[in-house]
Amino acid sequence: MTVTQPSPSSTRPRLSALRDRVFKLAELATTPLLPSDYLDLVDPLRSGAALRGRIEAVEHETRDAATIVIRPGRDWQPHVPGQYVRIGIDVDGVRQWRAYSITSVLGRADGCFTITVKAIPDGKVSNHLVHRTEPGTIVQLDQATGEFVLPQQTPDKALFVTAGSGITPVMGILRNLADDDLTDVVLIHSAPTADDVIFGAELRELAAAGRIRLVEQHTDTDGMLDAASIAALVPDLAERSTWACGPLPMLEALEQYWDDAGVADRLYTERFRPAIVAGDGEGGTVTFTANGTTLEADGSTPILDAAEDAGVLMPSGCRMGICFGCVLPLREGAVRDLRTGEVTTAAPGDGVLVQTCVSAAAGACAIDH
Amino acid sequence: MTVIQKKPDNPIAHLTAEDIELLGKQLDAIRQSVIDTRGEDDARYIRTVIDVHRKLELGSRAVLLASGFPPAWVLGTIGLSVAKILENMEIGHNILHGQWDWMRDPKIHSTTWEWDMASPAEQWKHSHNQLHHTYTNVLGKDNDLGYGIMRVDEDQKWVPAYLLQPLWSFVNACFFEYGIAAYDLELGKVVATGQTKDPEFRRRAKEVLGKIGRQVRKDYVIHPLLSGPNFVPTLAANFVANVVRNLWSNSVILCGHFPEGVETFEKKSIDGETKGEWYVRQMLGSANISGSKAMHIMTGNLSHQIEHHLFPDLPSNRYAEIAPQVKALFDEYGLNYHSAPLHKQVYSAWHKIFRLSLPNGWLDNTTPKNLPSQLVKLWKMSTGSKATRRRLLKAEMAAA
Ligand SMILES: Cc1cc2nc3c(=O)[nH]c(=O)nc-3n(C[C@H](O)[C@H](O)[C@H](O)COP(=O)(O)OP(=O)(O)OC[C@H]3O[C@@H](n4cnc5c(N)ncnc54)[C@H](O)[C@@H]3O)c2cc1C
Ligand code: FES
Repeated sequence: MTVTQPSPSSTRPRLSALRDRVFKLAELATTPLLPSDYLDLVDPLRSGAALRGRIEAVEHETRDAATIVIRPGRDWQPHVPGQYVRIGIDVDGVRQWRAYSITSVLGRADGCFTITVKAIPDGKVSNHLVHRTEPGTIVQLDQATGEFVLPQQTPDKALFVTAGSGITPVMGILRNLADDDLTDVVLIHSAPTADDVIFGAELRELAAAGRIRLVEQHTDTDGMLDAASIAALVPDLAERSTWACGPLPMLEALEQYWDDAGVADRLYTERFRPAIVAGDGEGGTVTFTANGTTLEADGSTPILDAAEDAGVLMPSGCRMGICFGCVLPLREGAVRDLRTGEVTTAAPGDGVLVQTCVSAAAGACAIDH
Repeated sequence: MTVIQKKPDNPIAHLTAEDIELLGKQLDAIRQSVIDTRGEDDARYIRTVIDVHRKLELGSRAVLLASGFPPAWVLGTIGLSVAKILENMEIGHNILHGQWDWMRDPKIHSTTWEWDMASPAEQWKHSHNQLHHTYTNVLGKDNDLGYGIMRVDEDQKWVPAYLLQPLWSFVNACFFEYGIAAYDLELGKVVATGQTKDPEFRRRAKEVLGKIGRQVRKDYVIHPLLSGPNFVPTLAANFVANVVRNLWSNSVILCGHFPEGVETFEKKSIDGETKGEWYVRQMLGSANISGSKAMHIMTGNLSHQIEHHLFPDLPSNRYAEIAPQVKALFDEYGLNYHSAPLHKQVYSAWHKIFRLSLPNGWLDNTTPKNLPSQLVKLWKMSTGSKATRRRLLKAEMAAA
């Protein structure tokens, strides 16, 4: 499959340069505020504004999942199917950022895109999005990103292994397949019951139309599928490129199996959360050298979360250790990588870059921010 | 007023260390109750105030485009004054305190906010949040006690220059934002100690001048120019709005710490101060303004100065709700909750400014009958040698 990004016409940059100049002039009249602070009152989705979106509808899929229709701001760039978008939404007055795979077809007539969210127990953002969000809500957005996409050269045969909300990026891919693209697709999807299958009806239709071969595993009655049974279900597995998204143990089992089979390079996985192994180490005092905040963090809380809870504005991205959007220099002290348990130390004055979203304090430490 | 420690009837003498400890815990609990319930309603509140401010400001400036028409001038000037007051008090002051940082909205955050006022946010935060709020009403530590230009406590030494204090206090009030900018820059101290070449001072001075330049250009050049033929009336309107805002914020701030009856503290009294003792200092070093909801909003809820000083980083819209609980603690511990309507507090603060412009005791010793001889004495105090002054000041005190 190929995706062509619309090439911006040559008048675009000139227009935006002109706009920048006009804004600079207008700033003389609005200082210390910016012209955009006033424009945001009337048109938060305009071109040139910080990227935002408006929630247009919340469509329920299953008892705990819903598709959120979002109208993005004018500067939104089309995504590549399989990618995710970061969304900043205020829950109980506090801005929370989370990543969600895009599930809609490209170029929807209404200009919107969709994400599909499964509410997890005690999940702050997922429950808010599924159960309490009102149409009209403005959310913050980043441009879509992510590597869980089909390659330029589409393979002939593909296998998708998904579970629960892990179907979302795969649905984003399936919905955007051209008729002659990927003609041999197997999808193995696990969910507790038939009713819990997100996009169940649509997937069954695709199967009935012969577009995909669908294997549904209802784990409440049939139990979990292990990698060996998947291999049994798909005898030509080694010939297929495989994309998998679901709970961490499932992904780890698949990776192990594919590795043992010597086809690890044909497996692509998407994780929704980091694999935490460390978590019971000692915490410590975290000092942010530039803004002067000092806080106590335990050994299992990522520094990113602890700092945000203390009101510090932190750079962040995926919040699970893949995008490096949260990296800050560690000036002094030690932090522990929660995925590996490995401790990184910095002598005073050093600037070792650490990912705050997957690092916890391991004793006192100072971070440049 | 005299520092609390030198008073014959020290108002905290009846409190034991355990009392103060317990009081601190009770105040901590009040604070926690607000933190636990901060949420969507609070966020909506501050966003609404910001929204109202922006629309009011835009609307007023639009009306002022026709400022040559007197009713438009009046309407626009009133609107702009109110907008500027909202912006400095309920919005700027409180955001810069970090009261809204918990929302994690980078647009409403103490580290990113800049306000419509001469002093750059960064410098104001340092002198206000770090110094004033830490050393509240400690003589020699809290420069907000008279801002280094006024004598607001008996224990500050009297010199003849203070006779002019009422006049320059008024001038300072009119141009308060510049006074604050100079004060945050510690201009007086830097000039007095000849450190004007210090590179750090230079950098900060440049920042202030840049900010003042942008502010002045906006109010006195750009918007008047936009008004075309109404250049002068718009300029006048903007000037008036700035002065109104300055006078208002100055009054509110005077009411917070300067009314008669607000306590001050000795420098050494805060050595090894416990959290509970810090709370007590904030309780007795601040005064509230009683009034309507509109009054609270227009003062940026500094009408709840006591609550604000106890919990500077709680969202301002919640002070009214905890005020009765705080007041109950004052009653429980036999402390004086200092609260009065605006006019009373303003009068009281200005009375103090007048009284302390004169030597200690002088006003008390003066009656209509002895006025001429008192004036002669004052003349001698002001013009005589240091030794004469010291002798006369002592005698005046003794007679009072
Ligand atoms: C690249 C990427 C794409 C994603 N796409 C989607 C998507 O399309 N649809 C979707 O519903 N979610 C998706 N997620 C997950 C999503 O970003 C959130 O992590 C999820 O909604 C939980 O957020 P929360 O605020 O509700 O939970 P939190 O309040 O953050 O967490 C509550 C509890 O749940 C645990 N928890 C956190 N995340 C998960 C999880 N994924 N599964 C189980 N338990 C968890 C936490 O450890 C915690 O104990 C994606 C994540 C990433 C990184
Ligand atoms: S936020 Fe993506 S790596 Fe930390």
